[in-house]
Amino acid sequence: MMNVLRHRLFWPIAALLVLVIVNTVARPSFIAVTVQGGQLYGPLIDILRNSAPLMLVALGMTIVIATRGIDLSVGAIMAVSGAVALTIIEGSPDPDGMGTVLIAIVTGVLVAFVLGLWNGFLVSVIGIQPIIATLVLMLAGRGIALLITGGFITTINSDPYRFIAQGYVFGLPFALYVSLAAVAIVALIERRTALGMLTEAVGINPEASRLAGVRSRGIIWAAYAVSGLLAGLAGILYSSNIMAADANAAGLYIELDAILAVVLGGTSLMGGKFSLAGTVVGVFTIQTLKSTITFLGVPPAVSPLFLAIVVVIVVLVQSPRLRGWVARSTRWRVRPAASRDTEGSEVAPS
Amino acid sequence: MLADTEVAPVVEMRGITIEFPGVKALVGVDFTLRPGEIHTLMGENGAGKSTLIKALTGVYAIDAGTITVGGRQREFRTTADAQAAGISTVYQEINLCTNLTVGENVMLGHEVRTAGRIDWRATHRDAARHLAGLGLEIDTHSLLATHSIAVQQLVAISRAMVTESRVLVLDEPTSSLDRGEVEQLFAVMRDLRARGVAILFVTHFLDQVYEISDRLTVLRNGALVGEYPAAELPRAELISLMIGRELDELSALSRTAVREIDRDAEPVFHAAELGRHGMLAPADLEVFDGEVVGIAGLLGSGRTELVRLVYGAVRPDSGRVRIRGKAARITSPRHAIDHRIAFSSEDRRAEGIIGDLTVAENIVLGIQAKRGWLRKVRRAEALAVFADYAAALGVRPSDPNRLVRDLSGGNQQKVLLARWLATAPQLIILDEPTRGIDIGAKADIQRKVAELAGQGLAVVFISSELEEVLRISQRVVVMRDRRKIGELVSHDIDVADLVDYIARHEIAETVA
Repeated sequence: MMNVLRHRLFWPIAALLVLVIVNTVARPSFIAVTVQGGQLYGPLIDILRNSAPLMLVALGMTIVIATRGIDLSVGAIMAVSGAVALTIIEGSPDPDGMGTVLIAIVTGVLVAFVLGLWNGFLVSVIGIQPIIATLVLMLAGRGIALLITGGFITTINSDPYRFIAQGYVFGLPFALYVSLAAVAIVALIERRTALGMLTEAVGINPEASRLAGVRSRGIIWAAYAVSGLLAGLAGILYSSNIMAADANAAGLYIELDAILAVVLGGTSLMGGKFSLAGTVVGVFTIQTLKSTITFLGVPPAVSPLFLAIVVVIVVLVQSPRLRGWVARSTRWRVRPAASRDTEGSEVAPS
Repeated sequence: MLADTEVAPVVEMRGITIEFPGVKALVGVDFTLRPGEIHTLMGENGAGKSTLIKALTGVYAIDAGTITVGGRQREFRTTADAQAAGISTVYQEINLCTNLTVGENVMLGHEVRTAGRIDWRATHRDAARHLAGLGLEIDTHSLLATHSIAVQQLVAISRAMVTESRVLVLDEPTSSLDRGEVEQLFAVMRDLRARGVAILFVTHFLDQVYEISDRLTVLRNGALVGEYPAAELPRAELISLMIGRELDELSALSRTAVREIDRDAEPVFHAAELGRHGMLAPADLEVFDGEVVGIAGLLGSGRTELVRLVYGAVRPDSGRVRIRGKAARITSPRHAIDHRIAFSSEDRRAEGIIGDLTVAENIVLGIQAKRGWLRKVRRAEALAVFADYAAALGVRPSDPNRLVRDLSGGNQQKVLLARWLATAPQLIILDEPTRGIDIGAKADIQRKVAELAGQGLAVVFISSELEEVLRISQRVVVMRDRRKIGELVSHDIDVADLVDYIARHEIAETVA
């Protein structure tokens, strides 16, 4: 039992479960899953599907944060990749052709990858602080997207493209498969190779890693490139969902959601140790929270406040220090004479 | 000047027990500190010295026992509680604000105020008075960062005096000071003792222990061994109390150095005129197979700078390097590693270990970096490497899954040595591998170095302890004022000769 409590994913998962339970109590239909024509529908399925773009972005963000960095440009990169893909489809004589759509997707993601490489170049080669380096693209990216779409919101009609975000395979949304595949691939690359360990080493102690011979420049560069690539894919999903390239709205503030998801999942903003599983839980928590707002009918005007309050509560629940205080004060009530014997376990010997 | 045992103690710790998950760091330890004494806490790394200090300074809460300060029983929840009780601490790593001025640091929180505003002139005047009280005449308007570690330490002590502390805890203040600076610090400590301040002192240098201490408390494995007047405890007995067994190992090692080195062969490493402007005057260095080359010199003499240039940690701007006779270009650690040169930095924590990774991960990091990220060192392989190197060096606890930051300094050093040995180097550079670690770990590391050299490994060994340098190396490169002043054959000389050589000003011709 204590081992379960001590597991680093216990509190993130507990927070997610509590959210689901609160929703279900408020409206039991929340957990209802209905089958229509062999396809699953329901609020939970929507959460799984709608979380796909954030999942992709947050995975990349996890790796970047592990290197002690941050990537603010992910939302803007989403806008660019969507704009590129949709402009290609719009300009094509055959918008429903499989080939057209594939070319559009690959080009959009490649452009995003190049933008990620640019971020990585600024951070790892030039040595600009990550927050400033990625701020450049965060601001310029949407301008680039507007340039590509000619200042308009490009809308298209293309069934294969629509399928990416809205289609179903084996009863589940295709977007869910995309997001699961991304999780699996990133996890495989990070954990089956030494990339994850080396990334953590660079994040924990860059100078010691350099002297140990770790090619930290390449590792940091790769993190931003991967983040860009995943953001590009997220941009494709987003634009497929609304079948439009909206340079101003695509991925707006998603960098903040992603950072929050990473932190909720237990990865420290100080870099170093990271948890991909934690990020997955964090993403679901945030997406559930967003559905809660629409589901419970919270008025749009107060929804940011509602979101903020819930996030604060979730973060507080996860705070080891706060839990220590609570544990101690309850113990004192039980046996006032007891010494503070929880303290020793709170402070690790350094 | 032994404080009278009859004087009421200022600090009494009784039955102190502290537990960490799975470990009892301290078990029922008693410690008594009297006004006007310098009381040295002795013990190997991991004996519980730091833990006891952290209990006294409010960093750790105690699980059992009592702390009485000035006759009143206290419960320290935070470091502020301890400070309020009159206990000030100067840590090994200075905890001052280096970006503020000296005066601001000394008076922080105690600035002189007139009408609610800080009177800076009066504040600096007070700061100067406190500094002068310790014999320190420096400009209080200068930035702290511009001063040496020694001066910063004295500033930290001045600060403790501003808060009118009755107890001063000095946790290894001398580990990065040179001889003159240590003298200055000791003069200040004697002065404070005369004023009735109780000083708790921790150091790894036995000479210093006997030079300054009135009383010794020895800890071993988290338990109290005993309290002794320094004058009545012979050095050898102290050492055996600390390690709990007779220690002949160090003396058995003595002069393993006397070994024939084949200097006609091609040297493993040869540098000519290696230097960097403003860092090191161009110097030559040669290391042969199976040879240990010691580098002696005071702190800041250029010994660390020399090896950092050799390793490419800093890019040299002059010099030619040959590896086994072939010209090589080493401008980054990667180049050095590709030439099978390993380097263990003197700054274990900042430049050595990766604290949040496990012992096994830290050990395989060197191999992994060499292989690249695609070919991961598998778990079984990592455990084998751990068994081959770490276990052989006696890393304790012998647990590959423990986070390396939870290990004591000596064990961290062993982990680093294991990391580099696992990469099968032909030349290993060890910068102060024995600094700040206990005597048992020191013996382990010295023995391992001698053994490896015996097997043909070329070693460059830096240590502040000249005796250690002489004992372990065949040849000694002597540095002074950021240049190489000569080379000596170590079995011809003793420590006094070496000190004499360093002290002489003229720059000798290179002997080799």
